[in-house]
Amino acid sequence: MRLPISRKHLPLTATALVLVVLYAGAAIRFADMGFFSLSILVNLFRDNAFLGVAAIGMTFVILSGGIDLSVGAVLAFTSILVAVLIRDDAVPPPAAIAISLAAGTALGLGHGCLIHYFALPPFLVTLAGMFFARGMGFIVSDMSIAIRHPFYADVMRLGIPLTRQVAFPPTAMMFLIVLAGGLYVAHFTRFGRNVYAIGGSEQSALLMGLPVGRTKVLVYALSGFCASLAGVVFTFYMGAGNPTWGIGLELDAIAAVVIGGTLLSGGVGYVAGTLMGVLILGIIQTVITFANLNTWWTKIAVGLLVLLFVLLQHIVSTVSSRSSSSPPLPKRTGDNRPVELPEKPS
Amino acid sequence: MKRDTPGLPKHGWPAKLVWPLVGLGLLLAFNGVFTPGFFRVEIRDGHLYGTLIDILNRGSQVMLLALGMTLVIATAGVDLSVGAVMAISGAVAAVLVTTTTLPFAVVILVVLAVSVAGGIWNGLLVARFRLQPIVATLILMVAGRGVAQLLTDGQIITFSDPRLVFIGNGHWMGLPFTTTIVAAALAVTWLLTRRTAAGLFIESVGGNETSSRYSGVNTRRIKTLVYAFSGLCAGVAGLIAASNIKCADSNHAGLYLELDAILAVVVGGTSLRGGRFYLLGSIVGAMLIQTLTTTMYMRNVSSDVAPVPKALVIVAVCLLQSSAFRAWLPGRIRVLRSLGRFRRENAA
Repeated sequence: MRLPISRKHLPLTATALVLVVLYAGAAIRFADMGFFSLSILVNLFRDNAFLGVAAIGMTFVILSGGIDLSVGAVLAFTSILVAVLIRDDAVPPPAAIAISLAAGTALGLGHGCLIHYFALPPFLVTLAGMFFARGMGFIVSDMSIAIRHPFYADVMRLGIPLTRQVAFPPTAMMFLIVLAGGLYVAHFTRFGRNVYAIGGSEQSALLMGLPVGRTKVLVYALSGFCASLAGVVFTFYMGAGNPTWGIGLELDAIAAVVIGGTLLSGGVGYVAGTLMGVLILGIIQTVITFANLNTWWTKIAVGLLVLLFVLLQHIVSTVSSRSSSSPPLPKRTGDNRPVELPEKPS
Repeated sequence: MKRDTPGLPKHGWPAKLVWPLVGLGLLLAFNGVFTPGFFRVEIRDGHLYGTLIDILNRGSQVMLLALGMTLVIATAGVDLSVGAVMAISGAVAAVLVTTTTLPFAVVILVVLAVSVAGGIWNGLLVARFRLQPIVATLILMVAGRGVAQLLTDGQIITFSDPRLVFIGNGHWMGLPFTTTIVAAALAVTWLLTRRTAAGLFIESVGGNETSSRYSGVNTRRIKTLVYAFSGLCAGVAGLIAASNIKCADSNHAGLYLELDAILAVVVGGTSLRGGRFYLLGSIVGAMLIQTLTTTMYMRNVSSDVAPVPKALVIVAVCLLQSSAFRAWLPGRIRVLRSLGRFRRENAA
């Protein structure tokens, strides 16, 4: 059977389908409560801007075949650092934001160096980074600090008015800017192509002479930058900084990336898919609020959606590996189990 | 003295135990000097009390998780869902004890069966659908906590059943009952893996899955079994966690304990890439982590800041075990090698 769309785009198409069905279904079901309105749509972007920013950084890490578990803790650390720097009037707010972004990027850079130069597993290094950033957040301040600076009020007034009541908030704009940047970097730069190549096969990338080491280190630095930018976005959204924020954010970000059709084994995926993944998570959250369901249904629904998508990816990858002709077909043993070929012949 | 046979890796667990034991020894020595009364153990009502006993007692959950996690990691997998399974197990126990009149043994059996079912679910996803272990277990990690909250209706369920309370707070032969559970679990796991072929099969699956399948090892069954076993361990740990505080708290039971368990296993010398595993090393690793935590509490480090030193210890231990780092320190490695040779010659 020939599918009307190429297999490469099947996961992305499935994501788009789920997004449309979910949104249309919710719009019909909650039509009387005004689900299908511009303000709900804008809220979807506003409430999930921080998740989206972090998830775009995560997309690059996962595309390169790695994982970053530290994003939630880095978000919390950045938010409290910005809040403390502004409260103490140490530096003007833009400088405070720049310092915090630099700190988050430096932490990501550290992850990348440990992962690349000492061949440590990304999972473990970023786990340690998560502990480190979470603890450092509490060292900066162990309680929530409100940000009351005219700069913040000024920035929040920069929203683009869409109708008389609804304005597109600056935090959501920040998300869209990062999204545009992510799309550009992933699909139109040498760095982006290197990330895809490394995720596809690190050894081949090395043999092709691509700068594997530099790219891997930069990918984690990029993720650290995105996570700290998410922290800054969150301070604008909440008007405060708090070292307890972002617990479990890394899982939401990974879920958004996976639902967005990016293969966790690396090398295949789209930044645009992550946008859809974030929106799907946001719609689920909104639907559960509208339906007055308990919050734990969010966790169960997200878990099931991730399951659905990884199973879909599994089916797509087995089908495409069977239909491609260049590598030898997997042989079958007596008990009907396909035998995979070793990935890295030594 | 006999040279190592090339091609046949020798069973080097005493060597692997050295680093975690050195770390534990250093921490204990530090406490011996700087924490007054650290080594004091007193007998009250025929029970042993003291900081050391406390470390054994509090570390029991991570030790149990680490036992299951060791086998999973030995197959080159990882189980992120143990914390969520703990929450489910505590929730099931609390709900059954408070709302039904089932015999206690049946309650325990149901709890353990549910935990094993969670593990088998992970195992099926990993072995049959070939999902990456991180992703497969992530699903249960996210959804499992939701299921636990669903079971308890989002409430914290308190119970007073003396038998359930005994699991986490009772004493047996002077020692906390949790220590007995850990000792029994360690003995059973050791017997099952080292006195049968199961351990060899697990190591072969982790070492090279394809070649073990060619050699006739049922790799799917082995993988499913280790995840089921990890679920079982998490179930018992969940019972202890609920029993300790006499309630089932689905939000916080076992939160982040999967990370402690993975750390314990890695500190204990089992590589995340799979292959050889060291049960005793994982137990020592769990003790090291618990001692570190207890030390920080006794030195009045707030529990919120405690992750920072923990992170530094993890990175240090991982660096020590990384061959790239050892090569990076050529002078150091020469010293280490000669030390190792010295030790081997002395042992011979």
